Amino acid sequence: MSAVLVEDRAVTPTPPRRARSIASALGALPTFVLLVGAVYCLFPVAWVLIAATKSSGELFSTTTFSLGSSLFANLSELVGYRDGLFWKWMANSALYAGVGALLSAALSGVTGYALAKYSFRGRALIFNALIAGVLVPAVVLAIPQYLLMAKIGLTDTYLSVLLPSVVSPYGIYLARIYAAAAVPEDVVEAARTDGASEVRILGSIALPMMVPGLVTVFLFQFVSIWNNFMLPFIMLGDDEKFPVTLGLYTLLNQGNTTPALYTLVVTGSLVSVLPLIALFLTLQRYWRVDLLSGAVKA
Amino acid sequence: MTSIRVSGRGGAAPKVAPYAFVAPAVVLFLLVFALPIGYTVYLSLFRTEVKGLGLGKGSRSEVFVGLDNYVRALTDSELGAGALRVLGYGAILVPTMLGLALVFALLLDEDRVRARGFSRIAIFLPYAIPGVIASLLWGFLYLPATSPLNQLLAELSLPGVNLLSPTGIYFALANIAVWGGVGYNMVVLYTALRSIPRDLYEAARIDGCSPMQIALRIKIPLLAPALVLTSLFSIIATLQVFAEPMTLAPLTNSLSRTWTPLMKVYQDAFGRGDIYSAAATSVLIAVVMFVISFGLLRITRSRAFGGER
Repeated sequence: MSAVLVEDRAVTPTPPRRARSIASALGALPTFVLLVGAVYCLFPVAWVLIAATKSSGELFSTTTFSLGSSLFANLSELVGYRDGLFWKWMANSALYAGVGALLSAALSGVTGYALAKYSFRGRALIFNALIAGVLVPAVVLAIPQYLLMAKIGLTDTYLSVLLPSVVSPYGIYLARIYAAAAVPEDVVEAARTDGASEVRILGSIALPMMVPGLVTVFLFQFVSIWNNFMLPFIMLGDDEKFPVTLGLYTLLNQGNTTPALYTLVVTGSLVSVLPLIALFLTLQRYWRVDLLSGAVKA
Repeated sequence: MTSIRVSGRGGAAPKVAPYAFVAPAVVLFLLVFALPIGYTVYLSLFRTEVKGLGLGKGSRSEVFVGLDNYVRALTDSELGAGALRVLGYGAILVPTMLGLALVFALLLDEDRVRARGFSRIAIFLPYAIPGVIASLLWGFLYLPATSPLNQLLAELSLPGVNLLSPTGIYFALANIAVWGGVGYNMVVLYTALRSIPRDLYEAARIDGCSPMQIALRIKIPLLAPALVLTSLFSIIATLQVFAEPMTLAPLTNSLSRTWTPLMKVYQDAFGRGDIYSAAATSVLIAVVMFVISFGLLRITRSRAFGGER
């Protein structure tokens, strides 16, 4: 990009036309690079939009970006697959990610506020343990979590996926930093002098002030639970309880022997991604993460 | 609840409230993090001993074997090969992803660039798409029968490339991760860039610095701590790669069931039913991650995780 401006500088006060057009072409280079990046990132999304219109024959025989003829046939096949199992998967994903992230944001908010605004014995210990928790790979935990769940007979239940998703050390870390910045000390102090209970201060004053930060925590948790593959993969056996990612994965696996299922996988991928993209676009202004200072800037 | 109210009255430092507020998180943390970690370490020290034919009750028992499982894991050639594969994959992935994220973030920060809002959202968008779905989509784009790249090469009468070959698979997997992660890292770096005071650039400009010089001599050095953290998170994520190779595996023979150490852990625990070996390998992976994490944080003396008050 700077090559551009170096070029600008070198240009004489009345540049010949050719030099000027080179300079303006170079001036467009940074924009061009960004747009190439955008195209690269949108490419698979564009592909799945088109591929979902193809019948299973067309999927492997027509050129990549030519439209197919059976979008509606694919959709109705997807809807009808094993009595609407796909919708069940979608609902399960929404449940795991939605409820999990909501509980997680609430838990992070309360814990983060307490860690930021009170000094009490054990605070440093709790915080350090949580930070270590950020660094412990959740994936490594999945197998012992499974074994423990199995001991108490909870494997293959909704709880087995929900429970481990609720505590998010990263979410608590973000909430703590956000609480420290967003909830002024004297407001808490004033409420206390007015005789408000600690619970009331938290519920009516602190948490409302933390909402923008908690939305970010919710979004992070929502995406990470929706993305989490290993946990449901290990915990669940009954495909009625699968989230959509695991469902599509098993479909792809069966596609090896039944290639017709590939169309289902492609159409299912498209349908499963649409709500995420909608959520993402609606709330995209909340995605501002400063890992160093403010943590969350909304 | 009443005790909290009383303790809170009159501005005195509350005693019970903070404990009541952190209690749910602490209890859940112990159940979901601490207990499983402890249990894994415990399991890693045992092995099932089978007596006779291994039939009937009491013929299988848990025996303490000390560090045996660790010795076996460390000398396991497949695990070593898996670790090397992940290193190779990470060596392609991490610099590419962070390099691109840095370039995009710097470009977004330039006032003269157009289409910034659109590019920012478009590049960040893949972050919303789960790894499994991303692998599905790219998997079809890699398949020789559906690959647009091969169709393009065929048009130009050039030989096709097979990204699902044993060597190509490294690039195929790295590409999926770059695609999914570049936008997230870009946003983190961009946010850090926006918090640098603008008058710094103004001063540099007056001193005759070109935007390139400002980027190289001011922005990138000031971004160093953010770059360290994004590297750290990228490395941790890289070591945990699981969903992507698992998803691509049905499409190619280049991915064995133990291609990465975590796939090996899964295979040991559920394929072979040897949870003790799986536990030892898990502990080793966690230790490696800890060493890398703390090492990186220490080297840079980053205050990222220091408390704010």
